[in-house]
Amino acid sequence: PAITVLYSISFSFQQRIEIHKLRQGDNLILGFSIGGGIDQDPTQNPFSEDKTDKGIYVTRVTEGGPAEVAGLQIGDKIMQVNGWDMTMVTHDQARKRLTKRNEEVVRLLVTRQSLQKAVQQSMMS
Amino acid sequence: KIESLKVTVDFLKVPLGLKKPPLKEALAAVPGPGRPKPFGVERHKPRRSDTMDNESQYSGYSYKSGHSRSSRKHRDRRDRHRSKSRDGSRGDKSVTIQAPGEPLLDNESTRGDERDDNWGETTTVVTGTSEHSISHDDITRITKDMEDSAHLDCSRHLGVSLAGALALLAFLTPLAFMLLPQLLWREELEPCGTPCEGLFISVAFKLLILLLGSWALFFRRPKAFFPRVFVFRALLMVLVFLLVVSYWLFYGVRILDSRDRNYQGVVQYAVSLVDALLFVHYLAVVLLELRQLQPQFTLKAVRSADGASRFYNVGHLSIQRAAVWILENYYHDFPVYNPALLNLPKSVLSKKMSGFKVYSLGEDNTTNNSTGQSRAVIAAAARRRDNSHNEYYYEEAEHERRVRKRRARLVVAVEEAFTHIKRLQEEDQKNPREIMDPREAAQAIFASMARAMQKYLRTTKQQPYHTMESILQHLEFCITHDMTPKVREGHSERYLTAGPTIQYHKDRWLAKQWTLVSEEPVTNGLKDGVVFVLKRQDFSLVVSTKKIPFFKLSEEFVDPKSHKFVMRLQSETSV
Repeated sequence: PAITVLYSISFSFQQRIEIHKLRQGDNLILGFSIGGGIDQDPTQNPFSEDKTDKGIYVTRVTEGGPAEVAGLQIGDKIMQVNGWDMTMVTHDQARKRLTKRNEEVVRLLVTRQSLQKAVQQSMMS
Repeated sequence: KIESLKVTVDFLKVPLGLKKPPLKEALAAVPGPGRPKPFGVERHKPRRSDTMDNESQYSGYSYKSGHSRSSRKHRDRRDRHRSKSRDGSRGDKSVTIQAPGEPLLDNESTRGDERDDNWGETTTVVTGTSEHSISHDDITRITKDMEDSAHLDCSRHLGVSLAGALALLAFLTPLAFMLLPQLLWREELEPCGTPCEGLFISVAFKLLILLLGSWALFFRRPKAFFPRVFVFRALLMVLVFLLVVSYWLFYGVRILDSRDRNYQGVVQYAVSLVDALLFVHYLAVVLLELRQLQPQFTLKAVRSADGASRFYNVGHLSIQRAAVWILENYYHDFPVYNPALLNLPKSVLSKKMSGFKVYSLGEDNTTNNSTGQSRAVIAAAARRRDNSHNEYYYEEAEHERRVRKRRARLVVAVEEAFTHIKRLQEEDQKNPREIMDPREAAQAIFASMARAMQKYLRTTKQQPYHTMESILQHLEFCITHDMTPKVREGHSERYLTAGPTIQYHKDRWLAKQWTLVSEEPVTNGLKDGVVFVLKRQDFSLVVSTKKIPFFKLSEEFVDPKSHKFVMRLQSETSV
């Protein structure tokens, strides 16, 4: 009998994503939603591996928006925004750092549990 | 010494057992070849212990009646049980007279499982002495101690009598001041009407107040004898003395010599003295009573034998007063010192010390590097695998299980025993033969729980502290006051937890044996970091001082309207 060995490596790697903001009326939007922060309840985060992780996570990505175009995916954890650390900020601070009026481009450093998903997807297909 | 002898005589009274076979008693009392055990059975020989001092060799054998089944086991176990509570003459090392009250239960059995349970059989008189006999030097030392204490008593009485004389003098002086002119030159005095009468009344009442105040402050039974003079009291005495003397001086010069005619002036002079005395009394109240009330230091008292420690807050006291304070609290805070509980079981310790032999190779010069050698031995012993902790652990677990089992039996027996009696209601008709007073009731129900009690006390090594008499008395007490037999409160609490020392019989207190050891003079005040030791024969209390920190309280105002809350959700913001 053939021996099937299943590798299930799950590691997270970091990716740099550059998003160009889109102007909509008076606002510059990025096209995704964030959740998390040190003042929030980490146990309700559906995307985090570790339920004590209080980092900022991407909870929704709007279709066709700048974030999706740049490659941001739902469930990503945002580590840095333009060099500013996002692992120990409150929700409001995170929002402010992302929505600075004088910045057109934001460069994010994100982390993603992507390889495991790739394996699962390939097995299903 | 006399006191301790008297105490031992009181102790070793013949116990009143429930069933005491008189035949065995008689057998035991008769010395002679007729008895089965050749050792000699001194079962209750109360008088014998008095002469114990003069006997040279008394190893710690316990004497049992030959009828006890497990006497052989006892003799084997005897060697293990070395630590006896020592209540003896002050300061001497050679003679320790065991005074356990009436050791109703077998003192020795550390592992008594199935033993015979007749009270009378297993009563023992255990004496332990060290290997030295009491020699002539010891006798002279003891007598010298007695003389010293006699001296001390003399000096204390001297102090008290001096203070009393001074107080009397101070009290009578104003009266003398007012009476002397009347007696000596009555005819020449100016008549003095209302003001004088007012002054007389005020003098009378002030003296009365002074009398009452002095009685309240000074005439109390001393609670302790201090080793050194009490500084504040001495100061006050000197002050009073100076005051009175100076007043007399002025009086003698100004009034007696010159025969002053102004009687009102004389009376006012006397009144001023009384006022001054009242102020001195106020000073005494402040110095002796009030100053030490505000807590300034925290004292930590640690018992050296088993590590029990407590913290106390005191104010400004001298070292000797702080020592007395600690002792007063020791007697009701610290659990009673039970030396039997301290030792690790022998089986655990015996395997530890198998020595290493040290060989030095190839060296001709025998430089006796003993410290190096011993260090090597210790290091090797430390590295060696040592499993005695294992045995200790299992031993402890086993002991714990045994104690709990016996405790359960005791609790059940006690509860059941208490159901046998009830208080007589007025309307019940019982013939007088059935009515018992508390003592008889206690004796009646004691039999049913005696065995369980004995076993429990033996397992927890508490049996020296509870004689049968004390158990019966406590039972009587509980019955009289309708206490529940329940575990925590009521009757059994006294046996299930080791209580403070003051709860036991006065002979356990050993209150006269404390010695204060201190590097600083004992009349110095307490300061941060002072350490002194209260020594007793079998252990010592080490007391260390720490200053209470200075608190800097800051204020913060919180507006009651500022308390606001939000729900704790995972909010999601779109950017």
